[in-house]
Amino acid sequence: MSAFLAMGGYAWYVWMSYGAVALVVAVEAVSVRARRRRALAAARAFGNRTTLPSPRFDPAGRTS
Amino acid sequence: MMPSAVVTDITSGDAAPAGALAALRWSATRDLRVALRTKGELGVQLLFYVIVVTLFPLATAPDRALLATLAPGVLWVAALLASLLSLQRLFAGDFADGTLEQLALSPYPLAALVSGKIAAHWLTTGLPVALLAPFLAAQYGLDDVPRYTLAAALLLGTPVLSLLGAIGAALTLGLRGGGSLLALLILPLYVPVLIFGAGAVEAVRGGLSAAPHLSLLAACLLVAVVGAPWAASSAVRIALD
Amino acid sequence: MNWFKYASPASFYPLAGKIAVGCAAVAVALTLAGLYLAFVVAPTDATQGEAYRIIFVHVPTAWMSMFIYLVMAFWSALALGFNTRLSAMMAQALAPTGALMAFLALWTGAFWGRPTWGTYWAWDARMTSTLILLFLYLGVIALRHSIADARRADRACAVLALVGAVNVPIIYFSVRWWNTLHQGASVSLTSAPRMAATMLAGMLVMSLAAWAYAIAVSLTRARAIMLEREAGASWIAALPEGAR
Repeated sequence: MSAFLAMGGYAWYVWMSYGAVALVVAVEAVSVRARRRRALAAARAFGNRTTLPSPRFDPAGRTS
Repeated sequence: MMPSAVVTDITSGDAAPAGALAALRWSATRDLRVALRTKGELGVQLLFYVIVVTLFPLATAPDRALLATLAPGVLWVAALLASLLSLQRLFAGDFADGTLEQLALSPYPLAALVSGKIAAHWLTTGLPVALLAPFLAAQYGLDDVPRYTLAAALLLGTPVLSLLGAIGAALTLGLRGGGSLLALLILPLYVPVLIFGAGAVEAVRGGLSAAPHLSLLAACLLVAVVGAPWAASSAVRIALD
Repeated sequence: MNWFKYASPASFYPLAGKIAVGCAAVAVALTLAGLYLAFVVAPTDATQGEAYRIIFVHVPTAWMSMFIYLVMAFWSALALGFNTRLSAMMAQALAPTGALMAFLALWTGAFWGRPTWGTYWAWDARMTSTLILLFLYLGVIALRHSIADARRADRACAVLALVGAVNVPIIYFSVRWWNTLHQGASVSLTSAPRMAATMLAGMLVMSLAAWAYAIAVSLTRARAIMLEREAGASWIAALPEGAR
């Protein structure tokens, strides 16, 4: 097992590479799902409103 | 700034206009007249070029061999930056006072009018830089043949900078932070011109021929002349909507 | 089959959801298989030792960064040609994933270059072109953020993406030209070792995994964008409770 982790002495390079890929993939997947859920909630709330929206309301989050 | 005459008839009463060519000439002449009214602005850009070129030896060392190696790159990158500086005013003035909208609505092809603007931009930015650079190259200890090659390369390359830059200027019309955004958008597209242009001078310095580099620059120019005005006018219409 | 039916966010939203889930599952499976091939099956390389195993993430990310740009350009062309919102939303959804792939290609390339060629960054043609590709992605993303009106942003980013797409071959050619002139006998840095069949298989499986992953992530982002931009549309209200 430790031989596997050592990667023939190249551990730093191999695991920094794979680690970065794993990190980016995890962060992107999680954040994209969270964004979709947030957008769904905001769109539903917007659709269920009973008063006129304030002039600068923007479900996409931008205010300009 | 006083808006120029509204575009009603650019052929001064003659019969059916030749359309594109007349529009191009009219637009170029108009922009040149406007630019020459503010001569100070043009001088500032050239001065910027001179200052940037002067900075590099100060930052490295006045070592002749080192400077001669740096020269093609520095003189070209400074030309890129000088071109970027002046791109904002390509459309901004006309956009602000509504003239650009009139141009877009006129019966004359917008691509031709835009080409005229680009031509005027090059005449007031790229051409002076191309003519000035060989003299500045003396600061870097370049010999005669490399200096002439530099001028030739800049003469071929700076129009491409204006053409590509116009696309960026149109895309970023009226946006806040336009200047830096424009640089971010356009600089990657400038890379081939930079490589071929600086490469031409380096080749000559090494005793080789610059013909391949200059032909490639000419090819880039042809592609840009054909494609850029059309892309830029599409971008102008997008910005005006 | 009427494909244009899916040009409407209302009908594409649920379809995209199903495809995303499917592709995510495929991506997980292929990644596990690929990692097995990469670390267990593929033999140690004679010259590069264990460091060459980085190739199994470097090549897929590099390919995806280029492929995604082409797909983004394709959707941009459709957006300009047919003036459809959804095509533009697809292009908008692809850009961040493409940028991240380009970044990972550069990162893994650097960590591969250091042990094999002695330097993290060697200005070789492919890496330099990938860097410029990253700049092109960031430009499209920056332009999108700078324009408040969504439709203007759609068209402006589409024009920029297409101008970039036309330029990418020219940029790649010019960078390779520059590189060979300055390297003499051009040794391609980060070149792959001579491929055993298992190495090729591992690369292929990981590339397919990356492709499935990219589809899943960008479709999910596209769904988010649809919801953000179409808030108030009746199809959103009509989504069943607890719908994904």
